[in-house]
Order: sequence, then structure tokens, then C-alpha cells
Amino acid sequence: MSTKLIYFAWVRERIGKPEEDVELPAGIETVADLLRWLKSRGEEYEHALQYPDVIRVAINQEHVEHRQKIAGAREIALFPPMTGG
Amino acid sequence: MISAVVPIVRIQAEDFDVAAEIARLTQGRADIGAVVTFSGLCRDEAGTLAALELEHYPGMAEAEIGRIAAEAIERWPLQGLTAIHRHGKIAPGENIVLVVAASVHRQAAFEAANFLMDYLKSRAPFWKKEHRADGSEGGWVDAKEADDEAASRWKQAARKRT
Repeated sequence: MSTKLIYFAWVRERIGKPEEDVELPAGIETVADLLRWLKSRGEEYEHALQYPDVIRVAINQEHVEHRQKIAGAREIALFPPMTGG
Repeated sequence: MISAVVPIVRIQAEDFDVAAEIARLTQGRADIGAVVTFSGLCRDEAGTLAALELEHYPGMAEAEIGRIAAEAIERWPLQGLTAIHRHGKIAPGENIVLVVAASVHRQAAFEAANFLMDYLKSRAPFWKKEHRADGSEGGWVDAKEADDEAASRWKQAARKRT
């Protein structure tokens, strides 16, 4: 099953694309696992996810913590801390 | 009679009319005693800023502000609640965000509007990028720790009340 990843703001700019569909390898169970795996996919990912602690994540359009399990996620979004308002 | 208040949440590129949004909540009724509005505007940062560009997460922006508004309605006795957030390029002096809260007495409207803005700043998926007056790209605006602290005080307030 493929999962849709969406990127915003400087995460999107550094990775170089707004979204992509990925096949998650076995063993990627939590958001933290996903960030670790993504970071190893190339220089642009390494640049975007250099400090994983600051990256905010939403699963199916709801905020989640990095320890959250990602089983069943259709859409996972990665973005910097929000600056609206 | 108690009827459930349904918040009005809009995410849009175009500007909004503050007076029209107040009227939308108050027209045709005489039970509202207090309306508090908050408007957030784009500053020019002492002439150095040409525009802000607001990126958002379509779908989640509406959903998240809707969740925050629903929490406000649960916490305060409100008769109406509106939240409008713009996206796209916004020039200094233009509106960015509007919150309108209506209640019988002022305290609920003041507190609900304040709560909504604090939460919206730290949880609504919007990101500001600066365009400088000298033509250079100013980069993405950094999140402020003060905004997170402002949001977290409402958690403490909730704990004290229970």
C-alpha cells in the first residue's frame, strides 16, 4: 500500500517537491521511524530533516506526535512549526 | 432554549469585511450582548517588507480551525463564532485573519476570541514567507516560542477549573 507524503513551507522547498507517493519499507512503524528513513533517501531529504525534532507531522490532516504509529495513514504531512495568525 | 452554535470557518484568498461579518452573527436577533472581534493585519516592518506570502494546507486548515472553534464553543457560552484566515500574497496594511465571538456577557466573548487566536497561531497549518521591499526574498518567518506559551496557558486554565 502506498502512502501519500505532503510537504509544506521550507520542508517542501528543501525536498524539492510538494508531495509524493511512497512505498514504506517494513519496520517503519512510527512517525519517528518515517523521519529517520526519509532522511536517508538523499541529500535534499537530509537537508530538510536535519533536525527532526522541529518537524511537525499530521496524519490524515490531524496533528500527531513523533511516537504516533502510522499504520493506516493515507496522507502524512511534514512541515515546520506554524506561523499563521 | 439552548441551541448548538455552529462556528463559521472560512479559508480564502480574498479580503473580508469586518462589519459584514459582525452583522452576519448579530442580524435578526436580540439576545447577543457582546461581540469581540480581533483582526490581524500585515505590518510593513518599518518599510522593509513588501508582502507576506501565506502558504496553507488545504483541507487541514479548515479542519484544524474547526476543531479549535468547537473547543471554544464547548468552553464558553457563545452565541456565535467566526474565524476567517486568508492565504496567498498579502500586502502591508491588509487583513490576514479575523475572529468574531458573540456572547450574552463580554467575558466569554473576550476569552473565546483570545483562546481562538492563541491556538490558531500555534496549530493552524499556515506558514508565512517574507518578500522584502528591496526585492530580496526574506525567507520563512520563524515560529515564536511566545506563541506556544500563549497557547499552553489555556491548558493550565482548564486544569485549574476542573
